[in-house]
Parts: sequence; C-alpha cells; structure tokens
Amino acid sequence: MEETQMEEGENNRDVEVAPALIAVHPIQKSVAVAIGSDLRVFDLQAGCAVSLVDDSGGPLHKDSIRAIRFGAEGKLFVSAGDDKLVKIWTTESWHCISTVCSEKRVTVFPKNPLDGAHEIQSFCLGHTEFVSCLTFVCTPDYPLGFLVSGSGDSTVRLWDITSGSLLHTCEVGAEAGLLESNGREGQCYPAITDLCATPDCTLIAVAIQRQCHCSLQGVMLISCDFPTRTLSVAKVTGVSNLCGDSPSLARVRVISGFKKSNLDSIEHEPIVLEDNAIPVGEKLLEKLQGSVFIEEKVLSAAAEAVKTAMCNLLIKKQYSTEKREFRKRTRNDRKIKH
Amino acid sequence: MLENQANSNFSKSTGLPRKRFYRARAHSNPLSDSHFPVPLSPSHVDYSLHYPQLFPSSDQGDDSKKIQFADIGCGFGGLLISLSTLFPETLMIGMELRDKVTEYVKERILALRVANPGQYQNVSVVRTNSMKYIPNYFEKGQLSKMFFLFPDPHFKEKNHRRRVIGPHLLDEYAYALQVGGIIYTITDVEELGEWMKACLEGHPMFEALADEELEADPVVKLLSSATEEGQKVARNGGQTFQAVYRRTMLSL
Ligand SMILES: C[S@@+](CC[C@H](N)C(=O)[O-])C[C@H]1O[C@@H](n2cnc3c(N)ncnc32)[C@H](O)[C@@H]1O
Repeated sequence: MEETQMEEGENNRDVEVAPALIAVHPIQKSVAVAIGSDLRVFDLQAGCAVSLVDDSGGPLHKDSIRAIRFGAEGKLFVSAGDDKLVKIWTTESWHCISTVCSEKRVTVFPKNPLDGAHEIQSFCLGHTEFVSCLTFVCTPDYPLGFLVSGSGDSTVRLWDITSGSLLHTCEVGAEAGLLESNGREGQCYPAITDLCATPDCTLIAVAIQRQCHCSLQGVMLISCDFPTRTLSVAKVTGVSNLCGDSPSLARVRVISGFKKSNLDSIEHEPIVLEDNAIPVGEKLLEKLQGSVFIEEKVLSAAAEAVKTAMCNLLIKKQYSTEKREFRKRTRNDRKIKH
Repeated sequence: MLENQANSNFSKSTGLPRKRFYRARAHSNPLSDSHFPVPLSPSHVDYSLHYPQLFPSSDQGDDSKKIQFADIGCGFGGLLISLSTLFPETLMIGMELRDKVTEYVKERILALRVANPGQYQNVSVVRTNSMKYIPNYFEKGQLSKMFFLFPDPHFKEKNHRRRVIGPHLLDEYAYALQVGGIIYTITDVEELGEWMKACLEGHPMFEALADEELEADPVVKLLSSATEEGQKVARNGGQTFQAVYRRTMLSL
C-alpha cells in the first residue's frame, strides 16, 4: 500500500523517456533498437524487419528498457528494463526463450549464476565519481585483455584486470574542451554515459552527457594503444555539426570510416552516412526510428525527454521535504517487533 | 596536554576523554551515504596522520610496514587499546561509522600516547563505512586479523543486508585477509551469532579454528572482556556467542 503511494509520488516528475539503446549483432546479422518499452529488430541479411515472438503474450516489456545486448557470439540476445524483467531471446527465430523476474530493479543477474565465485581478483580503484559503463578489450597479442571504464568524473580509464592497477586515464571531458567553470563550485564535469569498443578493440566510442552549456552532441573516439597501454583521444565527432541545428539524439546515424590507420592523418574525418547510403537504408530506418523522416518538433521534444531521463538516471535520488517526512513516518524498522 | 586539561571534555584526574561528552545516536544506517573523506586507494592512506611517530612524514617511515589488524565497528575502542600493548610491533586501526564515537577514540588514543610515552603509537581509528570502503584501505591479503565485536544485530529480515557479516561482505573480507589470517566475531544476540557462524561456515574461503587453537590464542580471551559492549554484557551476566574462522586458500 505504502509502496504504491510512494511510487505514484515519484512518477509525478517530469515526463521522460528512457534513452534509446542500440545493439549490433557481432557479425552484423541484425541490429536492435530499444526506445522506451519498445524493442525493434531489423534483419540486415534478409533486409527486413523482424517480429519478436514472446509466448507470455502482452507487450514484450511493460516499462522502459534499460539494457540490450547480444551474447554467445550472437546466438542470444537479452533485454532488461524497469519492469524488472530480463528476457533472453534466441536470434535464430527471435523467440523469447526465457523471462527472468528480478524482485528489485534489474541490476544483478539473479538465480545465483555466480555461485562459487567468491574469490575477488582485484578492485579497480581510481574513479572519483560513479562508474557508468564498462567494457573488456583484448586483441590476439593481448589475449588477457584489459578493462575500460567510463565515469561521472569525466574520465575513461584503462585497467589491468589481474592486479586492478590503473594503467592510464583519459581526461575525456578536459580534452574535448567540455570542462567549464560554473562559478561557485569550480569545474563542472560532464559524465561519460556509455562506451563501446570496435570489434578489433583499437577504438572506443564514448558518449558524453550534455549538461551545463556543454555543446558536444555526438561521440568521441578514443584509440587504445595496447603496447604502451594508453588511451588517447582520436576524434571528436560532433554529429551535430553535420546536421545543422536540429538535435541529433533521436536519429539513428551510421558512421563509417573508423579505421586505425586513417587516424594518423588529420585530414580524415569519419563520415556520417546519408540515409540513402546506409545498406538497406530507408527500410532499416523506418523500422528502427518508426519512420524515415522525423519532424523537427518531434525530434526536439524527444531530445528533451531523453535529456531529462539521462539526468534522472545519473543523479542521486532527491526527495522533497514532504516525501522525506512520509518516508520517515512509514519506516518499518521503527515499528514494534513481533 | 595543557590544552586537554583546559578542555572540560576531558577528565581532570586521568586526562582521558570523558565518554558522556561523546554520546551519539545508538545506530546509524550503514547503507545510506554520509560525507567523509575516503582514500582513493590503499596507497593513498596517509600513515603519517595515523601513526606520526612511526611515519614522521608522508614519505618517511618503513614503506613495507602496513596495517595488519582491523577492528570493524570498533565503538569506543576498548579492544584496540588492549591489542596495542599486546602486539606493540603491529599496526592496527579501528573503523567506526559514528563520527562522535570516532572522535572519542581519537582523543582517547592521543591522551594515552601522552600519558604513556612510546606506547600506543601503533593504534589509530578512522571514521568510515566498512561495508563500502574496506578495499580503499587495505590491499589484497594485507590483513592478518579482523574483528567484529558485538556488531549491530539488525533483527528484521529486510535489514539483514545491513549486517556487517554477510555472504558478499565475506568475499571482501577474504580479499583483505591474507591466507591464514583470522576473523573474530562475538555477539550477545543468539540469532546474530548463528547467522555469523552460518555465513562463515557456508563460505568456501573460511574454516573454523579448532578448540585447541582457540585455547592457545590470547586474543580470543579479549573478545568478551576488552570492549565496552563486552563489559556491559558481562556485567549483566549475558551469554555470548563467538565464531572464529581462518581464511583458507580456495580449493577448486
Ligand atoms: C554495538 S557497537 C559495538 C562496538 C564495539 N565493537 C564493542 O564491542 O564495544 C557496534 C558499532 O559498530 C558501528 N558500525 C555499524 N555499522 C558500521 C559500518 N558499516 N562501518 C563502521 N562501523 C559500523 C556502530 O556505529 C557501533 O559503534
């Protein structure tokens, strides 16, 4: 009872949609997009949209999807969201083969898959704010690989997995010229919200939160040099300057030309492909975006909502005074013990 | 010392801080965030602040000498004071969540150092949340003893995750303890005693000490007698339940 009341209270904040998510099959068989509670998949080989089959009936996810990923070398796909469900799909037929319900928000995979994993190898200590994203990188020359992390402290860091030692820190915010003084509290640090490595792990694409007056709308490319164990900013791709003033957040864009060898020449710019240059172009966009052309108004509304959602995700929950009082009144650790 | 005597928080006769000026809330919620500085990593722990005589400045002193005993939720610090003279060569630290209680222990140690020159230089205390920041203070395998004396019971099942002993936290303690290191627990709450024992028993990296080993270990005797909480329980003739386990190598 009390819980429902609380939740209603929380839902009263600004309208928001979950940030859109995109996942590409490891050998490019298909591409998936999650927008709010909607999951859309496009088969790149057949060149057509996929319909997902979930025997549980009803909508696939009842609330915002927060994570999607291909696994098992592309044989499986998982989606998880605020409805506290984790759904596992086979990418052969796009059937949902298992739905796992987690009591709390989905943050840890339930049902003891880690039973027996008690020995902690290492702690990677160094970030001065929350860690928002992680990825392992390895190459044939470095089969053990490394860990890359992004954080609210505006840095991306490279770690030795065995010892947990910090190998290199890339001050992404500073290098992109995004740190600005906001008067009283000194610097403001835009958070790293997501990162993703190319299949050969030489490049890492980094997404940075828009905040204050930071103007970067796009991704930053970091190149990863394994022999020297360093990360360095390879390119700042302001997608925004390629499409005028309209916010680009709600558009699916395909960027091409990320080749390590190319990065040595400053002239080379990764290209954002025009809609008609994308393989199976319009059909794909229609599926993933809902339509090929998106009205300016819709775009900016969506961008605004995503921004709100991202902020809510990144900030610590703040309760109003009344809400705090309400929580205090209903605290059950103070109630009489039976 | 002069300063101390002028301060009414200190007893005139003994020079020790008076506990009643350091009363604090009985419990605080270890899962809520508070604000106190946390070292970025074990190498950032400033030993010269904690053990100024042994580490005259941040870069002086025996680098290889590290904290080996940790008293988790040390309360008013009775155990540390006893251990300090029993193991004069070992560096030890208390971790305590409540700031006033931590202040009290700090003052207590300072006063003891003044009253007993050369002694109590190996003991210190820090205000922190042990449920979150153990890895920030200790490297893998750094500790040889960890103490959990009369921890808060958190009776309700919903609040069991606030208990300082639990399956996942034991993973962290196993990380901080060297192989052969010992974890000491004691409580006057039977249900909690059973819980701590069950958690340790069920963990693949801990094994119970044999009765002869418990007999031979001088530290075991301190568990029920050295701390303020232990003394209170003893005064009231209460029963205690202890579990003492060794960190073992994980056999796969
Ligand atoms: C009942 S007292 C026992 C104190 C002392 N060990 C004794 O035997 O007298 C438990 C202590 O643990 C502290 N504590 C509880 N949770 C803690 C945490 N997460 N980190 C550090 N200290 C904690 C409390 O503030 C309290 O002082």
